[in-house]
Amino acid sequence: MQSIIKDGQIVQDGWQILRADAEGQYPAVAPDVDVIVPLSQWLADKASWLARSGKTAVWLAPADDPQLLAADLAALPLVAVDFPAFTDGRGYSLGRLLRERYSYAGELRALGDVWVDLLHYLWQVGFNAFEIKDGKAIDTALSGYDTFTERYQSTHREPVPLFRRRVTSL
Amino acid sequence: MYRYDEVDHRIVRERVEQFRDQTQRFLAGQLSEDEFRPLRLMNGLYVQRHAPMLRVAIPYGHLASHQLRKLAHIARQYDKSYAHLTTRQNIQFNWPELARVPDILAELAEVEMHAIQTSGNCVRNTTTDAFAGVAQDELLDPRAYCEIIRQWSTLHPEFAFLPRKFKIAVSGSVEDRAATQVHDIGLHVVRNEAGEVGFKVIVGGGLGRTPIVGEVVKSFLPTRHLLTYLDAVLRVYNRFGRRDNKYKARIKILVKAMTVEAFAAKVEDEWLHLKDGPSTLRDVDVAHYASFFIDPDYEQLSANPPEFSSKLAEEPAFARWVERNTRLHKRAGYRSVVLSLKKTGVPPGDISAEQMDAAADWADRFGYGELRVAHEQNLILPDVRESDLYEVWQLAKSQGFATPNIGLLTDIICCPGGDFCSLANARSIPVAEAIQTRFEDLDYLFDLGDIDCNFSGCMNACGHHHIGNIGILGVDKNGEEWYQITLGGSQGSHTTIGKVIGPSFAQADVPLAFEKIMTVYLEQRAAGERFIETVRRIGLDPFKERVYAKHH
Repeated sequence: MQSIIKDGQIVQDGWQILRADAEGQYPAVAPDVDVIVPLSQWLADKASWLARSGKTAVWLAPADDPQLLAADLAALPLVAVDFPAFTDGRGYSLGRLLRERYSYAGELRALGDVWVDLLHYLWQVGFNAFEIKDGKAIDTALSGYDTFTERYQSTHREPVPLFRRRVTSL
Repeated sequence: MYRYDEVDHRIVRERVEQFRDQTQRFLAGQLSEDEFRPLRLMNGLYVQRHAPMLRVAIPYGHLASHQLRKLAHIARQYDKSYAHLTTRQNIQFNWPELARVPDILAELAEVEMHAIQTSGNCVRNTTTDAFAGVAQDELLDPRAYCEIIRQWSTLHPEFAFLPRKFKIAVSGSVEDRAATQVHDIGLHVVRNEAGEVGFKVIVGGGLGRTPIVGEVVKSFLPTRHLLTYLDAVLRVYNRFGRRDNKYKARIKILVKAMTVEAFAAKVEDEWLHLKDGPSTLRDVDVAHYASFFIDPDYEQLSANPPEFSSKLAEEPAFARWVERNTRLHKRAGYRSVVLSLKKTGVPPGDISAEQMDAAADWADRFGYGELRVAHEQNLILPDVRESDLYEVWQLAKSQGFATPNIGLLTDIICCPGGDFCSLANARSIPVAEAIQTRFEDLDYLFDLGDIDCNFSGCMNACGHHHIGNIGILGVDKNGEEWYQITLGGSQGSHTTIGKVIGPSFAQADVPLAFEKIMTVYLEQRAAGERFIETVRRIGLDPFKERVYAKHH
């Protein structure tokens, strides 16, 4: 079990993440664990994953095409996006696409190089769960939600951009 | 000019607090250098050769007199009593102390200023024509759109970590004075045949290592779709721009790799999903932002009042200054005055705290309290009555602001170079000064006429050397500073990338090479032909032959 942030709370979480080892091989997954598998592994053999007693979710790498997952989204218990480096911002677009284009409504989790300074933006583009990077404080990371109390753009959390609310309130 | 409301103030204040917290955690060892670097860059803070350098945003080059006074105060309190105007209409402080930067930002926030996204791999300050709103050749005022883009790009949650920096420029005049064709996105405010206002969208221009003139991806984008279309372009870039090699990460490389047609199609496909969504601008939204840019109460004046004309006739030096350092205004009897920051002996673009205070006072006394920063690194008083020009000239002279060289060879666009910048291969400031000294004779300089001279200390091209009529690039040869000369570049509506004339020069030989180039021009020019026109007509060979001729 590990601690993660989900919907603004620190909660215990039992999902395991399937990642390739240095040789590109995937370790075996016990049938009863809840596991988040890479998109490629999911697409290669959905039926086997679904036949297990444990739950299966999918994670996207920054370069993955979320459209490949579109048909499965309604049935997936969780979708994650990996941030191998916090400076790789592709996952922010993936978050918006999953939420806004493909109407994914379930848990959207950010993995990888994720810490307090990134939470606000990640939350705005649609993520609601965060696995904070090892070595970074999780308790203080909660403050990242509130870094900014307003924003200019249309976002997943506040689709009406500030300029429209401004003129309406004049 | 745009004024903050409570929300704008709050966002900037919250950004200051966020940065204060980040700085403290860095100094306490809780953020590593690798973690802090992108965060501080996104707030304009570089670590340079001698000290940090803080770049403060001047949105589309607009500055109020009280803001300029605050910049003067910061220069005195936190720096060495001067600052540097940049080629993207921003201002840089070269010597602040890292621990005091949050305090500087707090002071800036008091006057509606900030350093948000003045560096880093994010959307940078939107730039435009320094004469926007007052230019005689303006078709449509771009400033409301600049502000709309500024707000859209500020802390955009989706685009905080792009592959590389991203620069947008907007132009609304006949002559493009915003270098839109060498920006990641260039927007021209235009009217279509039906009379509707919209934008011509140019994507993929840029300088740096791979200079490319941008290409049109949409010839007419109706105004209401501006932000959804920008979102689409940025999303395509964010997802598909290269991240494996920083020198191939700008959008220009993506556009070239995909071809402009394929890129435009990809954007169009993305845009179809966003089009007519909540970010669509209504007329009332545009009107709200345009209301900040209405004309001041200009007086009804006639052009060329007698007191002005007589001074022009009496004093050739004044006439010379008026010819070079003022621009025609859309209103009769007014001019825009360019205060030259290209005095020989002062690094191009550097401005002292005393000069800032003086210019702020003149903006209040002779204008409507506003100033502009030009991408050519000069300061502008946009609205001066012609009848006041003589007095303004005398005041400008007293502050070292009146060198009558705007648009001439010594009005050099120049990066800070190796004296300050840790990226530079070579120093730019002493070489620029040597050129200015060589061409100090005003009669000679005036005879040479309009020449854009641009100087970069390395291939990052902050001094825009590629689009100088004559450009200089500092290069490193076995640890020594050498200088490559390009000819034939130009900015504006006919943007062209200059060509290298041959092997580079040692520092001491650059002024002589310039002199030989100018001699060829004077010998070859047809009547009334500007330098760039002669270069285009006769090509590079006559210049090469003279510059590289063996001594006999």
